[in-house]
Amino acid sequence: MSTHLRLLTFLLPYKKQVIIAWIAVALTATFTMAIPQLVRFGIDTGLKPPTFIDTGSKIAEPLRADETTMQLTEPADVSVGQKVRIGSENMTIESIDGTTATVERGVEGTRVVAHGKNSDVRRVDRDRFEGSTRTLLIAGSLILAAALLRGVFAYWMTYLSEWLGQHIAFDLRNGIYDRLQRLSYAYHDKQQTGQLMSRATQDVEATRMFIVMGVLRLMQMLLMITVAFVLMAFSQLTLALIAWALLPLIAFQSIRVQGRSRRIWMLIQERLGSLTTILQENLTGVRVVKAFSREKYEEAKFNKEAEKLFDANYSQNKIQSFNNPFYQTVGSLSQVAVLCVGALMITKGNLTAGELTAFIIYLQLLVQPLRVLGFVVQIFARAGAAGERIFEILDAESAVKEKPDAVTLTSVKGAVHFNHVSFSYDAISPVLHDVSFDVEPSQVVALLGPTGSGKTTIVNLLPRFYDVTAGRIMIDEIDIRDTTIASLRSTIGIIQQDVFLFLATIRDNIAYGAIDATQEQIIEAAKIARIHDFIMSLPDGYDTWVGERGITLSGGQKQRISIARTLLLDPKILILDDSTSSVDTQTEFLIQQALAAVMKGRTTLVIAQRLRTVKNADQILVMKDGTIAERGRHEELIAQDGLYREIYDLELRDQDEALRRAGIITEASIEGTAS
Amino acid sequence: MWGGGGGGMGGGWAPWGGHGPGGRAQWMAQQGLRRSVDAWDDEELGAAYNHEVTVRLLRYVKPYLMRALISTIGVVTGAILLNYQPAIISDAVNAAVAGDTNTVVDKSLILLVMVLIGWGAQYTQLSQAGFIGHRVLLKLRQEMFAHLQKLSLRFYDNNEVGRVMSRVQNDVTSMQELLSSGFLTVFGDIIGLAVIVYVVTSRNMELALVTFSVVPILIIVTFFWQIYARRAFMRVRQAIAIVNSNLQENVSGVRVIQSLSREDVNAERFSSLNEDNMRANIEAGRLQAAIMPMVELISAAATALVMIYGGHKVLQGQLNLGNFVLFIFSINLFFQPIRELVLQYTQLQRAMAGGVRVFEVLDTHPDIEDDPDAVDLDDIRGEVTFDHVDFDYVEGVPVLRNISIEAHPGETIALVGATGAGKTTLTALILRFYEVTRGSIRIDGIELKKIKRSSLTRRTGVVLQDPFLFSGTVKENILYGRLDATDDEVTEAAKAVGAHDFIMKLDHGYDTALHERGQNLSVGQRQLISFARAVLARPRILILDEATANVDTRTEVVIQKALRELLKDRTSFVIAHRLSTIREATRIIVLEHGQIMEMGTHDELLAKDGIYANLYRMTYERLEEPTEGAVEELPLS
Repeated sequence: MSTHLRLLTFLLPYKKQVIIAWIAVALTATFTMAIPQLVRFGIDTGLKPPTFIDTGSKIAEPLRADETTMQLTEPADVSVGQKVRIGSENMTIESIDGTTATVERGVEGTRVVAHGKNSDVRRVDRDRFEGSTRTLLIAGSLILAAALLRGVFAYWMTYLSEWLGQHIAFDLRNGIYDRLQRLSYAYHDKQQTGQLMSRATQDVEATRMFIVMGVLRLMQMLLMITVAFVLMAFSQLTLALIAWALLPLIAFQSIRVQGRSRRIWMLIQERLGSLTTILQENLTGVRVVKAFSREKYEEAKFNKEAEKLFDANYSQNKIQSFNNPFYQTVGSLSQVAVLCVGALMITKGNLTAGELTAFIIYLQLLVQPLRVLGFVVQIFARAGAAGERIFEILDAESAVKEKPDAVTLTSVKGAVHFNHVSFSYDAISPVLHDVSFDVEPSQVVALLGPTGSGKTTIVNLLPRFYDVTAGRIMIDEIDIRDTTIASLRSTIGIIQQDVFLFLATIRDNIAYGAIDATQEQIIEAAKIARIHDFIMSLPDGYDTWVGERGITLSGGQKQRISIARTLLLDPKILILDDSTSSVDTQTEFLIQQALAAVMKGRTTLVIAQRLRTVKNADQILVMKDGTIAERGRHEELIAQDGLYREIYDLELRDQDEALRRAGIITEASIEGTAS
Repeated sequence: MWGGGGGGMGGGWAPWGGHGPGGRAQWMAQQGLRRSVDAWDDEELGAAYNHEVTVRLLRYVKPYLMRALISTIGVVTGAILLNYQPAIISDAVNAAVAGDTNTVVDKSLILLVMVLIGWGAQYTQLSQAGFIGHRVLLKLRQEMFAHLQKLSLRFYDNNEVGRVMSRVQNDVTSMQELLSSGFLTVFGDIIGLAVIVYVVTSRNMELALVTFSVVPILIIVTFFWQIYARRAFMRVRQAIAIVNSNLQENVSGVRVIQSLSREDVNAERFSSLNEDNMRANIEAGRLQAAIMPMVELISAAATALVMIYGGHKVLQGQLNLGNFVLFIFSINLFFQPIRELVLQYTQLQRAMAGGVRVFEVLDTHPDIEDDPDAVDLDDIRGEVTFDHVDFDYVEGVPVLRNISIEAHPGETIALVGATGAGKTTLTALILRFYEVTRGSIRIDGIELKKIKRSSLTRRTGVVLQDPFLFSGTVKENILYGRLDATDDEVTEAAKAVGAHDFIMKLDHGYDTALHERGQNLSVGQRQLISFARAVLARPRILILDEATANVDTRTEVVIQKALRELLKDRTSFVIAHRLSTIREATRIIVLEHGQIMEMGTHDELLAKDGIYANLYRMTYERLEEPTEGAVEELPLS
């Protein structure tokens, strides 16, 4: 239940609206409940139907159609000349003496028939409709007036409940968005986009329904039920008690079903999420699916998961199929009881026709709330599940947190120090172990080593995408955990392996990190990144849309846009991650030029798999199994005859041969490079 | 009239079509159904009733005819029993006034029986209809998925993943309510209305006519309302779609956003879209809030008419009290379906729009299908012939022109050329990802169109530049190449490409679960797994599109060695930028602007001193020309 309470706390900023909505709810309920009373007034006063009052006496013997004298079970409080009614026959008392009475039969055109023993003797209070059209007019007008007023309040009630629901959904969505944006890589590594999306859409919707239905509609229903009960109790207590005898059944069923329903909703949401994931992977990986003709396999995978979703949905449907008619039937049963008892009371004169009508209308009115209750139970259950899933996101702590007294990094020189840094993604298997190195401002550090040796991890630690497990990283002697994350990251430019472009224009993509950039700056950056000419060759130039609906850019083009993007940020420290591995020679040439421009005057950490890349680096770190196996400059490492040498030989022999065959280098230069 | 300002969720549906003309949106919706789309256009779909959608959906109910029949019986029984109740109540009231206690008890018992049967009927209806509804949803989801598998890459080039997803997920879900209870409730409501009209007119025709005189007003009011409502709810749907796609993009691109510290700007932008959505919803809510009191007011007017006119007739002795009460009760029942419809209007509209979009997917014609007489090649030798092939993605913009190649088993063909020269497209044509525009491609002398795609790809291995892995274990991802491979074969394939060692270092080795798109592995590692996947398939034709772009040198050497063995009598097409790879090819094809400019071995082409020689020199001269710092020698592939 605490999930629900917590959802309700989201209403706190909107106290005023909640109060107004509640007033509207109360007034709507009041005027709704007034209408049956007006109908009763119309019947009882406007029509004044015939009424008969029970004398408490019965006939002791059967009364034949031709008889005029009868024996009563006890003396009746009637006088000579008064009209009485036995069964449906009116008679006039001609004489009465204790329990013996003589009557004139068939008065007012009623049919003379035989009456059985123990038939009630009722005094005729009114034997015809005595109302007036004027009163009926008043009743009719009042009904219209009440409906009009109720309409006004109902409008505000509905409008405000929608208003509140939408505001809560708005806040939740913003909250989820904000949280997801700020959660560190460690969180996103484990999440699936499909699952996150389904929380931000379906679960938020379920929560909104909870606010609208649970908080306001439910209140209205409860209020109506209470008001109806009070009015009924005042009107006829016995009948009211009969009407409400079955109510506990509804409460019982609601509680019974709640827990189970919530579990099923949880299951439904989860399975929907899995289905989304399969679908998304299938669509994004369509080339692989087609290349291996795995369509049938994918279908089987999807179908299996879809069947599971069906199972969950069907379980939910079974509960609902039982539950919804159940509530309604309980209401109808009460109606039957009220009708039976009430009608019998009318025959005894203990209840007026108007009152019975009002009772039945009340119960009809309550069928609606009871039906809604069936849904509210489901909505509560669903909101419980949905709330839990939403709070899982909202409560997720970013593994990377900013200290309250974090300082802003300004005028960074660009020195980087790794001090005994260890790191592990899952606290079990270490990825980096005791890594230490120092980089002077504007130096170039090349990281190399086999796949999985920890190069990428090192560059992910510097912008605090992850936090070190042990040791510390410093920029200009300041521990990066003491700085604000924004200032740290704006100090560092990253040209990533996977270039992610947003569905936006080329201009917006280049200015993605620097929104204030002017057109001149953007063009300047694009020129340095050697992408300007290409952009200008497009019909829409910088306004060309990229992404799935726009033009498709090649890897090299994307990379150069990403370089331009980084250039605009003017970072002091640069991280390059395998940046130019998948482009053709010409493009590569352009990228080389672009990178040379970017790296000028910046501290650079570059993950390089090509030895040529690192030959002239100020420092080479050769990584192996999460530690630095060798370090130094190219010549030093070659002399060491270790891992670097091994990799170097492998690469160089190959390339040398190529060069020799091409005949474009001299013997001398080969010797020069090889030494 | 006493509906309490509205508040039912009860899936009450009634056809709207009778009241309002479909208008432009509906016409477009119907057009949408017939269109075979290259790129879907999200037309403004606002109609609350679409006949074509309804009819097509009903076709899906066919397999469940028995259940549908039972359910229909349930609906009809329930509707008759519910709507006949006022008549019984009226009789009981008359009997009560007349002092006829026996009749009172009898009528009450009848009512009790009716309520109990009604319960059973309703339960039957809901459970059966629910079963059918969810079953149809399942079927629609599965059919859509299966259909999407048939569509060619041309389709995927034109339609964003997010939009396709939203059709399979959201649009199908939006029909849930309609399917699981909607249709039958509409039917029930119609029966119910008929019963009420019958009972009321048979008791007193004159009063019935007076009471129903409010109905035209109701029709006019709802007609004008739905014009506004349609637009408002359409805006709501558009607004939420924008919010969701923005969210999706930001979740996918979160790493870039964080590295560029753009969280605040993006949050602001999202918040403003989110707010647009909220405003649109509140506006629609206002309409929703306004219509209900109007319906209730009209219903109250009918009650007032009964009270005044009917009451007058009672006073004149022309109507008995029971029937007077009957009219009062019947009005409430009569307005119930209308009330429900207004409440469900949005959902109905959404369901119909969803239906249109769902069928649009199913109607999208797959442009690449197996010929009916396509052959299933058990094995292929691997002769690949391009015979004067032209290809364009968009008509009039040729991507490949007049390509003729003959590749024989054992040949390695390297494709060289600038970005955008058409190398990847050329390999995609071999896999029949796209259909050639002119000319033909033959495998072992058989036209590509005449070969079953599955038998073609069974013996074709592909390693793409951007390795795509599925969530699942490492083993499952390698097995993707050949589902019936044994564990040993998987390990062998991994060893052959040098992936075995790093896989063994993972927490659970081959059973390590990969995150979405394999994000817990480096790109190089992902590439190795996709390589192993291709090797496992034992292909006769191998396509390597920048397959080793992201792996380190040592691993690459391992792969090269494995490849030399592997490629011995296979045909392979290699797109690479590393000279070592290109040089080893038996033939090099230089592409420029979609045309073959040069073809020959490395030495031949160098001797020719054309484009290739030029490219080659450009790469290597720079190596020997030291400029400032290390910059110049950054990753050379």
